[in-house]
Amino acid sequence: MGLTARSAVEISKARLQRGMAARWREWGELAVQALLFFAAMVSVFTTIGIVAVLLVEALPFFQQVSLKEFLLDPQWTPLFAQKHFGIMPLVAGTFLTSAVALALAMPVGMLSAVYLSEYASPRVRAVLKPALELLAGVPTVVYGYFALLTVTPLLKRIIPDLETFNALSAGLTMGVMIIPLISSLSEDALYAVPSSLREAAYALGATRLEVAVRVVIPAALSGIAASFILAASRAVGETMIVAIAAGQRPTLTLDPRRAIETMTAYIVQVSLGDTPHGTLEFRTIFAVGLVLFLITLVLNLIAMRIIERYREVYR
Amino acid sequence: MEEIVLETQNLTVYYDGRPAIEGISMKIPRRRITAIIGPSGCGKSTLLRCFNRMNDLIPSARVTGRVLFEGLDLYGPDVDVVEVRRRIGMVFQKPNPFPKSIYENVAFGPRIQGIRDRRKLDEIVERCLRAAALWDEVKDKLHQNALTLSGGQQQRLCIARALATEPEVLLMDEPASALDPIATMKIEDLMRELAREYTIVIVTHNMQQAARVSDYTAFMLAGEDRVGRLIEFGPTQQIFTRPRDRRTEDYITGRFG
Amino acid sequence: MGHRQRRELLGKLFEGIALAATVFGLLVLAFLLLDVARRGLGVLSWSFLTSYPSRFPEQAGIRSALLGTIWVMALTALFAVPLGVAAAIYLEEYAPRNRLTRLIELNINNLAGVPSIIYGLLGLELFVRALRLERSILAGALTLSLLVLPILITASREALRAVPMSLREAAFALGATRWQVIRHQVLPVAFPGILTGMILALSRAIGETAPLITIGALTFVAFDPRGPLDKFTVLPIQIFNWVSRPQAGFHARAAGAILVLLAVLLSMNGLAIYLRYRLQRRYQW
Repeated sequence: MGLTARSAVEISKARLQRGMAARWREWGELAVQALLFFAAMVSVFTTIGIVAVLLVEALPFFQQVSLKEFLLDPQWTPLFAQKHFGIMPLVAGTFLTSAVALALAMPVGMLSAVYLSEYASPRVRAVLKPALELLAGVPTVVYGYFALLTVTPLLKRIIPDLETFNALSAGLTMGVMIIPLISSLSEDALYAVPSSLREAAYALGATRLEVAVRVVIPAALSGIAASFILAASRAVGETMIVAIAAGQRPTLTLDPRRAIETMTAYIVQVSLGDTPHGTLEFRTIFAVGLVLFLITLVLNLIAMRIIERYREVYR
Repeated sequence: MEEIVLETQNLTVYYDGRPAIEGISMKIPRRRITAIIGPSGCGKSTLLRCFNRMNDLIPSARVTGRVLFEGLDLYGPDVDVVEVRRRIGMVFQKPNPFPKSIYENVAFGPRIQGIRDRRKLDEIVERCLRAAALWDEVKDKLHQNALTLSGGQQQRLCIARALATEPEVLLMDEPASALDPIATMKIEDLMRELAREYTIVIVTHNMQQAARVSDYTAFMLAGEDRVGRLIEFGPTQQIFTRPRDRRTEDYITGRFG
Repeated sequence: MGHRQRRELLGKLFEGIALAATVFGLLVLAFLLLDVARRGLGVLSWSFLTSYPSRFPEQAGIRSALLGTIWVMALTALFAVPLGVAAAIYLEEYAPRNRLTRLIELNINNLAGVPSIIYGLLGLELFVRALRLERSILAGALTLSLLVLPILITASREALRAVPMSLREAAFALGATRWQVIRHQVLPVAFPGILTGMILALSRAIGETAPLITIGALTFVAFDPRGPLDKFTVLPIQIFNWVSRPQAGFHARAAGAILVLLAVLLSMNGLAIYLRYRLQRRYQW
């Protein structure tokens, strides 16, 4: 077998050293690795691309519109004859719809998380948890349809002076959509709390509710907080539900019964219109986009830091 | 005097800067079975993995010293590690056949060397399965998934797979520890058969197995610093009846495990 | 009632409320589906699938939107899957544990949380304008590819990570190069998981509306797109368009289109589950 075919030690040695075949092979491997590396770098390029695109268009905008006006003017009317470029109404609109969404999703999501983590049997959990994920899989345009054509008429019966486009319907529908975000992440956080803590509390005679509220939730607080922040980020970035149901009238208000416009809906509005590229009016979508990007970036980074920190605690 | 095929000179392996084995110098004779024994944690597997440069796969590992194969330092510059691994094969503790057919398991080695001819592959597969004493049991189901075989059969398949690249040395890391006694016996018989053509180095924590099967034995021990060192090396007969080092004697007689 | 009993009662009450909260979302979803079905079932017909949109609701169909969606999905898969799998392979099998790798991973995590409309802005400037692809299917597909890349990479990494180390070791010990190990042993075993990740990513992409609107997809298309450089519309945009009209007839059409979209989504995910089951049986270890 092996040895008789290659008895000369010199031939053996030579083959072990890198000959032509080996060199070809190694170049091939290097080429593959380089290709794969570039594929991985696409994500870095994408981020650079996003920042570059936003800055390239927003900077000329800010050369014509002062930062002071952008941040402090209470009116946003770039498409009208009398132009105002104050972003506050859009931010207010985004804030209002997100706040409504979170007002619904946080308690409902938290209660779901507590139920699934502390009360539900493994079988029930195995069914309900993926079922809740379905909510996140429904396309947002479907939720938009629901908000405008079903939720709004329903709410109008209870709140007679509700406008057809309003922040409340859109916000509540968005809230339903982000329930799984909060319930899933919070539930993971609750589940990760070591059972020894629970057992100690039970041994002292606490009821399930007391254990959940006094022991488990406080221990999982950072994970829960992270889920809230991520849900907020998701709500801020949501487009179709608000574009369909919340309105296209930038209004500086905290009254959810009124029509407003969010930052995201504004970008859609301009994209659907025929504002020519390269004009100041068109550049507004990049200025707004920049603000939107920065807000979600900050929220996401905070959430990621919190998650990293609480993962270490339970290492 | 025995011909030496593998030799280590002052071999030291560091993981993350801390030495795991230190100053190992030993000579492996050709076409003999050499067993490496010692308590768990003494670095036997680490040493074994130096012979086919499998420690390269661990990013935090660093190797100093020399490992000579036919006189050539395996860790020297310009050494083709792929060719090294073809010439020095390895069988692992837990049988790890690929989740493919029996045929494809054995054919994998030759295939990646570029052998495509169906008849040549058929011939290699049959030859290696016969050499591993598995042919008769699987010749009618070569295209069945390897995972349907029993543990002992899977391990013999792994041996056949290693033989397919025509190695000169077979490294075996506790090859029978995951098997039942009958399968173990079959593997031990197989080893003695294979030693007629191949050099075999086996790591085992089973002293009786080492005594039964090997021609030479190396005894390793980790001190209080948890660094593994070679304590004694010699013909198996001598190690087990007249060990020269006190520690070897203590281990053999079971004073510590 | 004693103190103990009061606490127990409170506990039971809470459990009931918590359970109600858990099923609340599901009830809303069921309600939504019933509503869509009520309005939309009557609209479904062969002519609905094969007609172009129109000023008259009774004649409006989703032909162009459906074709556009198929075109965009096919191209998105074409770009995103190789890119995503390649990136995952690099990160799992090659990348050293250094700062550059951390940076790449951080980027991927961050990109997963960027609002989809921002991707639209990127696509507008990069693909539509700089690369001069105009408002084409290709521009839309490239934009969506970037959008779903983080999902694909994460799912593929998990599939690769699930392959046991012992398999790789066995292959290396036979003298295989790293790429040979990956190509012949790791990828086949990770394939079902990667496929699932791909379907997950496409499920997300098929419902995306905002980025495509931003890169200039049309809302009224009365022709069949014939090539990747053609203008186009997609099902979600058609739905958006019809929902925004005042006539109830169009609302019904929107509901019908939603039913089609949900049916497609359901079959995609059903296919994923089925394929996963079949393929996993082949590669059981």
